[in-house]
Amino acid sequence: MHARNFGEAVNQQQQPLLKVESLNVAFGRDPLDHPVVRNVSLDLYAGRCLAIVGESGSGKSVTARTLIGLTGANAKVATAVFQFEGKDVARYNDRTWQRIRGKEIGFVSQDALVSLDQLRKVGREVGEGLKLHREVRGRSALEARVIELLTEVDVPDPAIKARQLPHELSGGQRQRALIASALALDPKLLIADEPTTALDATVQAQVLELLARTRDRGKALIIISHDLAVVSQIADEVLVMRDGEVVERGSAADVLSNPQHEYTQRLLDAVPSGHSRGARLSHADAPRLGKVTPITSRHDGPLIEVSGVAKGYRGPDRILRTAVEDVSFSLGVGETLGIVGESGSGKSTTARLVMALEAPDAGEIRLLGKPWSTLAERERRDQRHRISIIYQDPLSSFDPRWSIQRIVQDSVATFVDGEQEQRRRVAELLDLVGLARAFHARRPLELSGGQRQRVAIARAIAPSPSVIVCDEPVSALDVSIQAQVLDLLADLRDQLKVSYLFISHDLGVVHHISDRVLVMNQGRIVESGDAEDVLLRPSDPYTQKLVSAVPRLQHRPARAARSAA
Amino acid sequence: MSALNPSFGEFVEERPALSRRAAAFARSVPFGIWIASLVVALFLIAAIFPQLLETTNPYNINLAARFSAPSAAHLLGTDQLGRDVFSRIVAGTGESLSIGFGATGIALALALALGLLAGLGGKVGDAIVSRLIDVLFAFPVLFLALMVVTVYGASVTTTMFAVGIGTSAGYARMIRGQLVAVRDAGYVEAARAIGHRKTKIVWQHILPNALRPLIALFTLGVGNAVIWASGISFLGLGVAPPSPEWGAQLAAGRDYTTAAWWLEVMPGLAIVLLAVSVTVIGRHIQARLEGTVRTTLL
Repeated sequence: MHARNFGEAVNQQQQPLLKVESLNVAFGRDPLDHPVVRNVSLDLYAGRCLAIVGESGSGKSVTARTLIGLTGANAKVATAVFQFEGKDVARYNDRTWQRIRGKEIGFVSQDALVSLDQLRKVGREVGEGLKLHREVRGRSALEARVIELLTEVDVPDPAIKARQLPHELSGGQRQRALIASALALDPKLLIADEPTTALDATVQAQVLELLARTRDRGKALIIISHDLAVVSQIADEVLVMRDGEVVERGSAADVLSNPQHEYTQRLLDAVPSGHSRGARLSHADAPRLGKVTPITSRHDGPLIEVSGVAKGYRGPDRILRTAVEDVSFSLGVGETLGIVGESGSGKSTTARLVMALEAPDAGEIRLLGKPWSTLAERERRDQRHRISIIYQDPLSSFDPRWSIQRIVQDSVATFVDGEQEQRRRVAELLDLVGLARAFHARRPLELSGGQRQRVAIARAIAPSPSVIVCDEPVSALDVSIQAQVLDLLADLRDQLKVSYLFISHDLGVVHHISDRVLVMNQGRIVESGDAEDVLLRPSDPYTQKLVSAVPRLQHRPARAARSAA
Repeated sequence: MSALNPSFGEFVEERPALSRRAAAFARSVPFGIWIASLVVALFLIAAIFPQLLETTNPYNINLAARFSAPSAAHLLGTDQLGRDVFSRIVAGTGESLSIGFGATGIALALALALGLLAGLGGKVGDAIVSRLIDVLFAFPVLFLALMVVTVYGASVTTTMFAVGIGTSAGYARMIRGQLVAVRDAGYVEAARAIGHRKTKIVWQHILPNALRPLIALFTLGVGNAVIWASGISFLGLGVAPPSPEWGAQLAAGRDYTTAAWWLEVMPGLAIVLLAVSVTVIGRHIQARLEGTVRTTLL
């Protein structure tokens, strides 16, 4: 952990920087108030970092926004105590909040691409607060200060970047610029809402380090996150929220290694990692297999063989960019091969090439020992039932007009005749993935993220494929839902003997589910081998950098007692 | 996993019964839309069963009562030949609406043909047809109307075709745009991954999803077409007097605007009323399809 001397010295202060008691927020018009935050209390001292942790709908983001007076229209906010620096801010209207916002309290939003105006140069965005609160006079002084700020957050070539538009910066640089604009006025409190989501592991580590430095300089920090491992890296205190209420609170060390509340325990158990291999992550039951028989592949030898495959794309500027270069690997029967890498590493392109949705520029892919990438589409179509794909965003892979029943039946109809028989099989499949009858007539839009992914899984296993390609299948899901879906995938693998090509940027997930692992960087495979070997004892420098950048939760002894359910 | 775990927040509510859903739907329709629908319904009745709404015979010449202002006897006044304006407007609804609907139908049919060729015809098809659409776009509707009328004479049918062809270019571009967007959609690729043939994918996925917005487009287009047709008739290029078609009435009453204002204003109001009502309904349908229904009035 980082130096906490300053924090401890400041802790001698009597007065917390921020004090909230019994915060209640509700939306909606009378009398149908919809309570979103219930009875939340917190204390925050300067130089300390408080993390508010929870899943979607827990109320954490609303709480964060209320702390800066941006709860939104139709919001009813009620508090017993709401003090900032000893002053009562509960009664503040928008005008008075404006004086505090930016100057005393800084706010960093989740998605830097969305939060920065795409049509304004980065320098202007960063300096906006300075200009508004009249901290700096004169254009050259403003420019100088902006460059100073960008240097402090480690944005390379700050003078050049300040003159660029947001989309010309990388994701990490954008996020750091956003933090710079929040820190511009030297606020005493910084609130960051999911500051590292959608960032690569290595970039995430840098942003976290920046935030930790900010805290060490004496500022108070509030981090909203769903990622417990990230929280464990930087938080001093943790607040766990569920359904608008605080279910557990305490120091980070206590809450994360010895949680008292059942929800927190389940949340921590649900995080996949090397320690959870072979164990169930969630508390749901295994599916009943019924009449679905395991897929027996009559094929000995590898199911997929990829040899020397390369693929490049031409951008609008006609420059050829290599997505994948000299990639070779094989996938055996009943095996789960994980592919990890950061964005731009070529993992998704590899998935599409294996699915023969695109043709490689060089090299060959064979499926079940027979040519696959070199086949004409007409012939390949008949073989497509042997390999299926699950996407990161299942919603876009469903026809929005169709019901779930029809979506799965569409896949079933390719090899089962007769409406009755097809419907029976669809019901079987949806039962297998745990979707109740009530959902069969619903449209995908009416379902939650986890339910949609189950429909996608049902559709994928419908033709009894030998291989299922999973392209970031759980990345967009909450931790607990992710746990359920991962358990489902593991159960199906064990009972149906299907092989997975599992692509993810999340090392914990890959470590949890894979037998072997490939590490990709900029289109090439830099390391491959057994999951344990590659992820615990990496030999390639890039892999080492990747593995060390990923925040890890402390291993809790309770897990060992529950493995191999 | 055979039962959902509600405590982890995956619970989704059950769907209520059909009657309750219908009642909820009726309540969600803004008040203004009900009014607009009523207006359009009245116009439709006027078009199909004019006898139901006419107060007197629209062709009845009564020189004694010419140029009388709106009164109890003649709701919207009489024209230069003593014919009741209200009844003439009702009588003209049929022609005006048929031009409106007919022209829009022709426009959409042509636009579909062009748009499909451009959107699904590959790079070559797209290049050729897009240039064709550009050429069509370059012709002002009025100019086209002039051309058609010069060759085929002025009538309801020629007006229909003139307006139809003239307005089709815009729709063709929209349809092409929709197709281009949909053909790259995730579900199209998923269908390929399942192993469906290309024609099946086009028929099952691409066409229905791309053409869904056409419903709203049609209603919006009708209003537009009626205005165009009236304008063309007003200029003498379309339906000629003594037809009670609204544009023809506007043309006939042109000379008497200062003496008998109701001869111009009343048919004009009818045009505006129909166009606005149909457009309002069209926008509401659009909003429903996109899920953005909001205000309580309109």
